[in-house]
Amino acid sequence: MIEISHLTKRYGALTAVDDISFNVEPGQVLGFLGPNGAGKSTTMKMITGFLSPTSGTVRVCGHDVEREPLAAKACMGYLPEGAPSYPEMTVRAYLEFIANVRGLSGARRRERLDDVITRLALKGVLEQVIETLSKGFRRRVGLAQALLHDPKVLILDEPTDGLDPNQKHEVRKLISSMSKDKIIVISTHILEEVDAVCNRAIIIAGGKLLADDTPQALASRSPSGRLDDVFRQITTGVQPTHEKEAAHA
Amino acid sequence: MHNVCAIFRREFASYFATPLAFVFIIIFLLLVGVFAFYVGGFYERGQADLAPFFNYHPWLYLFLIPALSMRLWAEERKSGTIELLMTLPVTVWQAVLGKFLAAWCFAGVALVLTFPMWITVNYLGDPDNGAIFAAYIGSFLTAGGMLAIGACLSAATRNQVIAFILAAVVCFGFLLSGYPLVLNAFRIWAPQAVVDAIASLSFLTHFQSISKGVIDLRDLLYFGIVIATWLIANVIVIEMKKAD
Repeated sequence: MIEISHLTKRYGALTAVDDISFNVEPGQVLGFLGPNGAGKSTTMKMITGFLSPTSGTVRVCGHDVEREPLAAKACMGYLPEGAPSYPEMTVRAYLEFIANVRGLSGARRRERLDDVITRLALKGVLEQVIETLSKGFRRRVGLAQALLHDPKVLILDEPTDGLDPNQKHEVRKLISSMSKDKIIVISTHILEEVDAVCNRAIIIAGGKLLADDTPQALASRSPSGRLDDVFRQITTGVQPTHEKEAAHA
Repeated sequence: MHNVCAIFRREFASYFATPLAFVFIIIFLLLVGVFAFYVGGFYERGQADLAPFFNYHPWLYLFLIPALSMRLWAEERKSGTIELLMTLPVTVWQAVLGKFLAAWCFAGVALVLTFPMWITVNYLGDPDNGAIFAAYIGSFLTAGGMLAIGACLSAATRNQVIAFILAAVVCFGFLLSGYPLVLNAFRIWAPQAVVDAIASLSFLTHFQSISKGVIDLRDLLYFGIVIATWLIANVIVIEMKKAD
């Protein structure tokens, strides 16, 4: 359970996130949509405790992220934007390090390591140094890191950004396969992704929450039934003109 | 504690994952040798001690230690892994301590590898091994003090070159504050108490007093306080600007 209430983040005069409130329940895959610079990443950084909010609170699994950061972080897995990892480490050493920090030991440690290595097909690159891996593999290593302790809450910031269509498909399949009992929040600006994996979508722009509904219900708001049009309409306030777009195409 | 240990191990191993460890150790060993034999006149003095060897340690540390400490946090900022580290269930303190201890241990390894000097001097004569041991402690503590400074300044920037230069300059200040060059400038006008206070901040004064062979509690306390202060500053810097 994620409870976000009146979350606000200001940088000087700029308000990156403006009084956002919503809850996410287990079983929900929440797509966090918005144009670049809308405040998606900032919100995710506050949920995961990397940034402190200017005001408002975030509670994850019943723990206030600011007051009990360790307990909140322990029940979350987080893939930061761009999937940063330590480039000089081998995949195995990196996962072992994460397992150490997550306090995994004994049989459970082996079981969890085996699980993520199989799930993300990392067996072949275990002894390889991360900086020599392709972008797709690096993303998978980042996902493995986030999944390692089998967290109740998964926060994935643009998990498919920069991947090729096959890799995107794989990652989406992975997300769908885990969605039953977890809370998954993914940010993206790829709308087809929301259709493919999410059962709830939130649109934010300019730091404000503009829409919160199922992807289907959102799409049906537009006469065309296309999520793209709704997205454009909500985030820019422009009524889409299909005739012109069709003419351009 | 297991978090400090996990971060320590990762950090320590990362020195050896790149050529940094070997380059550092080889350069360090070459330079201490060159300084002890050529500049310090190890043979010409005709004394069985390691004074010409230890005397140059603080000066070598002045540019070698910032090279060790510059990457500690600046690299995490640059590559974005600081976001990963700070969203793992680790406190800032554990991360700061783990990183510092790893760098300090690495400096310790480099220092231990100078043991042939100790064997040589024991082969040539009959030195005061107690004093040599004390000097090793003093050298190790000086390295620790400088590393704490370097780690804190590395946390302030994402640019390793800036981290290096800042650390070298601040360490230089801490070294020189015990030297006549600085002290004479103060003696002219400042009361003796101020001059003493500035002199007492010097790495060099405390290093030299330990390396004479007397491990005084006050000197240990001095290094303890310097390291603790800079590590606290390190934690504050991280807390204040995690994201930029």
